[in-house]
Amino acid sequence: MKNQLLFRSAGTMLVRVLFAVVAAFPIVFMLVSSLKPDQQIFGDMSSLAAFLPVGNISFDNYAAVFDRVPAARFLLNSVGVSAVTVVLGIFVNSVCAFALSRMQVKGKKIVFTAILATLIVPFQTLALPLVWWVNQLPYFELNGFSLEFSKGWLDTYQVQIIPFIANAFSIYLYHQYFESIPKELDEAARIDGAGWFKIYRQVVMPLAGPATATVAILTFLPAWNSYLWPLMVVQSEELRPVMIGIQYFFQLNVSWGEVMAYASLITVPVVVLFIAFQRSFVNSIASSGVKG
Amino acid sequence: MATVPLPTRPRVPEASKPAPPPSDAKTNARRRPGFRRDQLSGWGMIAPAAVLLLAFVFIPAILGFGLAFTNARLISPRPVEFVGVDNFARLFTDPTFYRALLNVAYFTVVIVPVQSGLALVMALLINKKFRGVNFFRTVYFLPVVTSMVVVSLLWLFMYRKDGLINEILSTVSFGLIKGPDWLGDPITAMPAIIILSIWQAAGFHMIIWLAGLQGISGELYEAAQLDGTSRWQQFRYVTWPGLFHTRSLVLVTITIQALGLFDQISVMTQGGPMDSTTTIVYEAVRSGYRQQETSYASAISLVFFVLVLIVSAVQRYLTREKD
Repeated sequence: MKNQLLFRSAGTMLVRVLFAVVAAFPIVFMLVSSLKPDQQIFGDMSSLAAFLPVGNISFDNYAAVFDRVPAARFLLNSVGVSAVTVVLGIFVNSVCAFALSRMQVKGKKIVFTAILATLIVPFQTLALPLVWWVNQLPYFELNGFSLEFSKGWLDTYQVQIIPFIANAFSIYLYHQYFESIPKELDEAARIDGAGWFKIYRQVVMPLAGPATATVAILTFLPAWNSYLWPLMVVQSEELRPVMIGIQYFFQLNVSWGEVMAYASLITVPVVVLFIAFQRSFVNSIASSGVKG
Repeated sequence: MATVPLPTRPRVPEASKPAPPPSDAKTNARRRPGFRRDQLSGWGMIAPAAVLLLAFVFIPAILGFGLAFTNARLISPRPVEFVGVDNFARLFTDPTFYRALLNVAYFTVVIVPVQSGLALVMALLINKKFRGVNFFRTVYFLPVVTSMVVVSLLWLFMYRKDGLINEILSTVSFGLIKGPDWLGDPITAMPAIIILSIWQAAGFHMIIWLAGLQGISGELYEAAQLDGTSRWQQFRYVTWPGLFHTRSLVLVTITIQALGLFDQISVMTQGGPMDSTTTIVYEAVRSGYRQQETSYASAISLVFFVLVLIVSAVQRYLTREKD
């Protein structure tokens, strides 16, 4: 009996490892290849060496990447755009969810339903009219002391940020989470003379850590990984994010070592961030009622 | 929809108001003096998100609907004119469009069962606490945090005729299998795209399954164990019914994502070879962005949206709670 159990759990572990190998091998291959010259990448391909940092290892590919594309600029743009989107997204969506779940605002049910309705519109169907639309929007620029006014958001930073701040799923997530925090806390704070914003900031938000971590990851990932949108709305090299940099490697006779170096360069920061937040992420999805 | 006017009407005397629900009676009485200020601050807190969603979801959605019936181009000196159903007439006589529909159907029909099944297996594997559970969760989720564009580029390299996939196939079969030119052959191109798509996204749906699994009470399993059930019976009679809501959520999200197939195509095949991997969204972006035909692309997008609506309505019907 005991032997059978042991045997079974060893079998389960084997399956776990098998899945882990399948999930990880392309990424390991990418990281390892980024350290090798092209000739060696192809030479190692038929053996386990493809997944091991052996042989002629160097960071030459990374140096070459910075020569070939303005990688530093792209990274900086992506960090900036993602960070601003995440910070504003957390604030705007949580404040909205706070009012919807904890305050007695008239008509909030209709608004909440309308917000949830936006979930069924896939971004791909919005993308093209959205390009046309942002190109009609006014644009204000402070030039010295005079406010300059022009039309069209194409080719700016704001066009990469503002449309993606409000997000129905983030509002939903916060809403579910706020519902689970006892309302008596609000009443106690109000008796102590706190206003609603103070309750939001000092009572509810500090308790919503896991929800914030989830929203942060779910906002950061698409912001960092966005490709279709910046491809359509950002032309200038100095405004473009990292994913567009990949286009520089589409030409023929490209060095695959350099491609892998660039791909690693834009993947590793996300992986590190994810590992840092991993625990609260999984827990909060598990507890936030994504159950449906 | 979000610009509901602020309450400006004078306050009605207490007596004429319907009695508030008993549980809130005390708080309402206390809030009464600041009631209007509460409404104002409430709307002030809702407004930023509501206005942004209005501006960047509702308006473009309506615009897209309208533009589909015009001749709008992204940058054009001509004024926008109403042209009726011209765009749709052109669309429904375009063989590439039908090919795109067929390809997306193929992709969706394969990916929905396979990916959701694999994701469920992964979730079951890491549901119980054991040494290293966090390690496995992280590794299973790694492909999800890797951008689809990077994934596509990476697999583009692995799918070469002399690439990693064919080398692995050749090694494990002792040289018997000579792999195809995966992306260069119209027959294998779509399966190749399907494999990498499942690889990338299964981890995401694993997390949703995991959430569902953790919502099932442990007592049910204990009771089942007392009854001497096998592992399979526990899955069949406890786990599977317990995942009812999760199941419809996973199916709907995978289907909608599958219908929107784009990034992989754009990086790896550009719809080729011989239109074998072109998709609805890829066609929309190609005409709307590369050829600047906003109106035609809007028409394609509209068809796509209707498709998504139909499919999710059908799924909702099929996975509805049966009393």
